[in-house]
Amino acid sequence: MRDAEEGMALPLRPEDQSRREFMARLGLGACALTAAGAALTVLDFMEPKVLFEPATEFKAGNIQEYPEGTVKFNEEHRAYIIGGQGGVFAVSAVCTHLGCITRYHANEGMIACPCHGSQFDPEGNVTHGPAPRPLPWLEVKADAEGNLTVDTSMVIPHGKVLKA
Amino acid sequence: MNGNPFSQLASLVRGSAVYRSIVRHGAADTNRNRSLVIFENLFLHVHPVKVREKTLKFTHTYWLGGITISAMVVLIATGILLMFYYHPSVPQAYRDMKELKFVVDNGVFYRNLHRWAAHLMVLGAMLHMVRVFYHRAYRPPRQFNWVIGVVLLLVTLLLSYTGYLLPWDQLAFWGVSVGTNMAKEAPILGPPIRFLLLGGNIVSENALLRFYVLHCVLLPVALIGFLGVHIWRIRKDGGVQGPPEPPADDEVEP
Repeated sequence: MRDAEEGMALPLRPEDQSRREFMARLGLGACALTAAGAALTVLDFMEPKVLFEPATEFKAGNIQEYPEGTVKFNEEHRAYIIGGQGGVFAVSAVCTHLGCITRYHANEGMIACPCHGSQFDPEGNVTHGPAPRPLPWLEVKADAEGNLTVDTSMVIPHGKVLKA
Repeated sequence: MNGNPFSQLASLVRGSAVYRSIVRHGAADTNRNRSLVIFENLFLHVHPVKVREKTLKFTHTYWLGGITISAMVVLIATGILLMFYYHPSVPQAYRDMKELKFVVDNGVFYRNLHRWAAHLMVLGAMLHMVRVFYHRAYRPPRQFNWVIGVVLLLVTLLLSYTGYLLPWDQLAFWGVSVGTNMAKEAPILGPPIRFLLLGGNIVSENALLRFYVLHCVLLPVALIGFLGVHIWRIRKDGGVQGPPEPPADDEVEP
């Protein structure tokens, strides 16, 4: 038994040792690369490429339907289309706090969120927390006849009213 | 061998080739065989062969870890039953919940059992944590097991949260809308995490399916994995620790 063990023990020179270490690291590196590749493909796999969500663009009637003070709520697209001074603008109805749908209260002339009590004026400015940011304004476009299209994915600066 | 017919039957069974192929040790009438009962059984071997009597006292641990695990066992059993009727799709999910409530025999019972056991598991895990904290059982050598315990609490809360969406009612929808918007507020990684979690920009059918897979597969597997390590480390760290010994007269309270 002892003889056999001694016979099997190969003399390891220092350069053999470093070669063995190099090969081991090469193997480990290949495994790490494979694991990283697998992780990336899984992450890519998890990201949906086609979404069957409602279109972000919708028709909002004619600009003539929005005299000053009109507030119309589009429930499906979660936006207010509002007739303001000298034009029309659209405000997102999704609360900037945690994403609940706000509601316009005509009597008080304010927008309020049922979830945590945030309040906004009809231009989307926060009048009462906890909402951290004003409601974003959405892009409104009009064709030659004054038919409006709102795009909820296009946020525009506050105060950019579409002139009538 | 005495003349009692039950003992005769017992020794007949014990002597049979089938029984001896399953249980290799003799009757538990010697200390060695009593140890082997524990050692040689997959389900018992997490236990020590001998425990101090005081560790079994209710006030030693308040049995909180055991209560939490029992709730988990109830949740797995009732959860599997619910899966036989539930489709993670819109609007079928809500209808299935209604069917469980009003049509399926004992559906209300098992659904409510799942819900109450879920509450009990969260409560039990939290109280267990409080108990461990006030008994100073988080100190070395158990400090890493405390960390695993924190992971287990997080997985438990995630299970509770992902299960919340599955009925697909108003509460579920807005609960998940609010929760994933909280995730979105995390810097840089927040919005992509929300997108991946929901499988889209809004709480939709994709989100329901993803939460279902998380709730029924990924999170339970993670829970059982970490739980195995947790229990194993209790043994390795010297068993459960109850109330700490009062300090000796000349010892300074840490």
